Amino acid sequence: MELRRRTFIGAMMASTMLVRAGMAQETPTKGGTLIISQADGTPRVLNPAVQSGTGTGLPGTKLFATPLRFDENWNPQPYLAEAWEVSEDGLQVTLHLRENATFHDGVPITSDDVAFSIDVIKNNHPFKTMLAPVTSVDTPDPLTAVINLEHPHPTLILAMSGPLMSIIPKHIYGDGQDLKTHPRNSEDVVGSGPFKLVEFQRDEHIILERYDGYWEDHLPHLDRIVIRILPESSGRTIAMENGELQLTAFESEPTVIQQLQKADGVTITNDGYGGIGPIDWLAMNTTRGPLQDKRVRQAIAYAIDKNFILNALLFGTAKDARTGIHPDSPFYNPDVPTYEFDLDKAAALLDEAGFPLKDGKRFELNIELPGFPGYRSRTEYVKAALAKVGIEVTVRSYPDFASWADVMGKMEFDLAWDNVYNWGDPVIGVHRTFISSNIGNGVWSNTQGYSNPKVDEILALAANENDQAKRKALYDEFQAIVAEDLPLYPVNATPLYTAYSDNVGGLPKGIWSVLDPMDGAYLKA
Amino acid sequence: MDVLRITFLRIVYSALLLAAVVVLNFVMIHLAPGDVADTIAQSMGGADAEILAQIRADYGLDQPFIVQLGQYIWKVLHFDLGSSYYYNRPVTELILERLPATLLLVITAQTLALVIGVVTGVFSARRPNGFLSHLVTIVAFFGHAAPVFWTGILLLIAFSLQIHWFPVGGMRDVTVTGGFWAHSFDVARHMVLPVFTLSTTFLALYSRLCRASMMETLGSDYVRTAKAKGLPMRSVVYKHALKNALSPVITLAGLQFSAVISGAVLVETVFSWPGLGTLAFQVIVARDTPTILGILFFSALIVIAGNLLTDLVQRLVDPRVRTGQ
Repeated sequence: MELRRRTFIGAMMASTMLVRAGMAQETPTKGGTLIISQADGTPRVLNPAVQSGTGTGLPGTKLFATPLRFDENWNPQPYLAEAWEVSEDGLQVTLHLRENATFHDGVPITSDDVAFSIDVIKNNHPFKTMLAPVTSVDTPDPLTAVINLEHPHPTLILAMSGPLMSIIPKHIYGDGQDLKTHPRNSEDVVGSGPFKLVEFQRDEHIILERYDGYWEDHLPHLDRIVIRILPESSGRTIAMENGELQLTAFESEPTVIQQLQKADGVTITNDGYGGIGPIDWLAMNTTRGPLQDKRVRQAIAYAIDKNFILNALLFGTAKDARTGIHPDSPFYNPDVPTYEFDLDKAAALLDEAGFPLKDGKRFELNIELPGFPGYRSRTEYVKAALAKVGIEVTVRSYPDFASWADVMGKMEFDLAWDNVYNWGDPVIGVHRTFISSNIGNGVWSNTQGYSNPKVDEILALAANENDQAKRKALYDEFQAIVAEDLPLYPVNATPLYTAYSDNVGGLPKGIWSVLDPMDGAYLKA
Repeated sequence: MDVLRITFLRIVYSALLLAAVVVLNFVMIHLAPGDVADTIAQSMGGADAEILAQIRADYGLDQPFIVQLGQYIWKVLHFDLGSSYYYNRPVTELILERLPATLLLVITAQTLALVIGVVTGVFSARRPNGFLSHLVTIVAFFGHAAPVFWTGILLLIAFSLQIHWFPVGGMRDVTVTGGFWAHSFDVARHMVLPVFTLSTTFLALYSRLCRASMMETLGSDYVRTAKAKGLPMRSVVYKHALKNALSPVITLAGLQFSAVISGAVLVETVFSWPGLGTLAFQVIVARDTPTILGILFFSALIVIAGNLLTDLVQRLVDPRVRTGQ
């Protein structure tokens, strides 16, 4: 391995070009193999244009470039697009692509590919609200793409970053085959990002190699990134401790997080998960029995000791979350009605709602234990906590995700712990839980059956508001209303952590964690 | 002739068994609420009802149950195990990719368990109250009682974390360069812990059984006669007694073959071994019906082949089986 020393000026230039790397402390070393892993198993495909989620996003964001990237302060930065502007009326977004960008087969990336990719994503990506207002994409010249919108769509800027808008080659994917099942989604991938695919061995590894034709000549620093598929958390933890792995991401088990915090030579952080934005909440079906009454839902929140969940069950690994918007989001409003643990208030509200205590009991409810790990202790805690105010809770458990999702999608539940991701902009991951037009529309829709015309109206306005301050005010109001109506009781931001060895430098500092090109990452000499 | 007739009958029974495996499992998977569309939605971070319906239509999950079953059986009869819903690739390809890893693990573990089990069994049978005999008993109890995933994690902590002898998982280290021998050594290094974990359970069984059976044989009349006519002890044990004593061990090994395969599912999962077990675990959780059925089909084939092989070995070792006396 040849170590090329950079001059001071070179390092300065590199750090200014690499906006999101901030001020580079050390001189990045060239070359080397970074071995990483994450909590998901083998991804279905490697093409984020047709498959969302972290499993595909991890390799996908290195293989495919997006028009923009986001820094840690939620500001868009140039990536494949050097510059961009939004028209006065907000109905046109123009992208100016960089001149020297090529796909991994050497073919130049043009506005035609951008138009094609947007069309593919609009038709195949599951996050439909992301590009729904896009009517057409004009390509006046090979380096200019004009996205035409039905109405102003502030979400679009964020939807052009991270795992959300991979630019894919039209000359490969435009052959008429169905994009969802296209063979090139996981074999012979021709991407647009800083790394190209060498090998995809399911259940073993994904090997990525530096693309020499990448437009930034000196990037990426690494020769290779190997993504090892290690779905067992115990194996990943030991591999981090003994140095077989240099990075693992999306770690969410509190015991694993604690163990990694203690490991020598390993740094662990929950920074950078604001874009993915996962939240844990207690969902309450507002269409069933006593839960139809707002006071009953509030009483349940009062009866649950949030601090006990945060400190005793989650060992302090999770941030407090008070609304459906992630605490790291610029739209988060912490000044909403909260429900400090208070059994007397809970009892009074239940009495008021017409459910007096009879023989130590008021009524019965079911709680669904999710078909994914990590929620058992919380579910049993709710049963114990609600027993104290006379609500008898029956825990119903499910062997796997599919059987649980079936019940949730059909809204056949009273209470359930749920884990829902923001995916960057409220229009993508938040509206779906609260708007009345999305009631009972599959798992992670408005499964609470919540319907409030005022909320529908505010969210519709916020979706079209290009003025950031006005938009923030709308979301503040929305969060206050929902915290009062309480169709779900948000408890915490799901703990998600990245652990990395001390010899890894230049890790992404954006909002998408490791769902980033990682062209600035390097191994310290 | 006799062998041919028995083999033919065996094949007929096996075909019926395979049919039962396919139909029963198809029904069972179908009875569970939820389907692969839900798990695809999970992997995507959510999808609305329209997308779910589209996925179901793409895979024919919106058809009546009996039509789905009929279509599946029709395909299997044409040697087509279908395409994985989750990975969008032919099931046969997915399985054949992983079969060598599983066979390597299972055959090595089974052979190791048998050889060590028989050797320690024979030794401890000769001195039933000796140190080795007691040691074998203790290790056997421990090996049989401890669940494989627990043994596996303990071994990982000891040999991967405390002393860095063996890697934590996988089958290959992608940074290893060099020729065939370098790669073989690398795979062997990755194999040590999973093979050891998988074989301990069965080693215990074989060792205990071999010890008991050997002790019984050593007490029989013909052994006493052999000793009386002045044969050296080594010859009595290995030439005369062992063949008889092995018979029940071989029978058990054949019966245990299916247990070794199911044990492999757990061991592979703990050690991220890229075999059928890891795949099985993933696709069961994902409700990927064609792949689950394909794996069960192949596992059943392996077990049937293993049992057939046991029969043949039995006939070689014990002439009484051949003549039916």
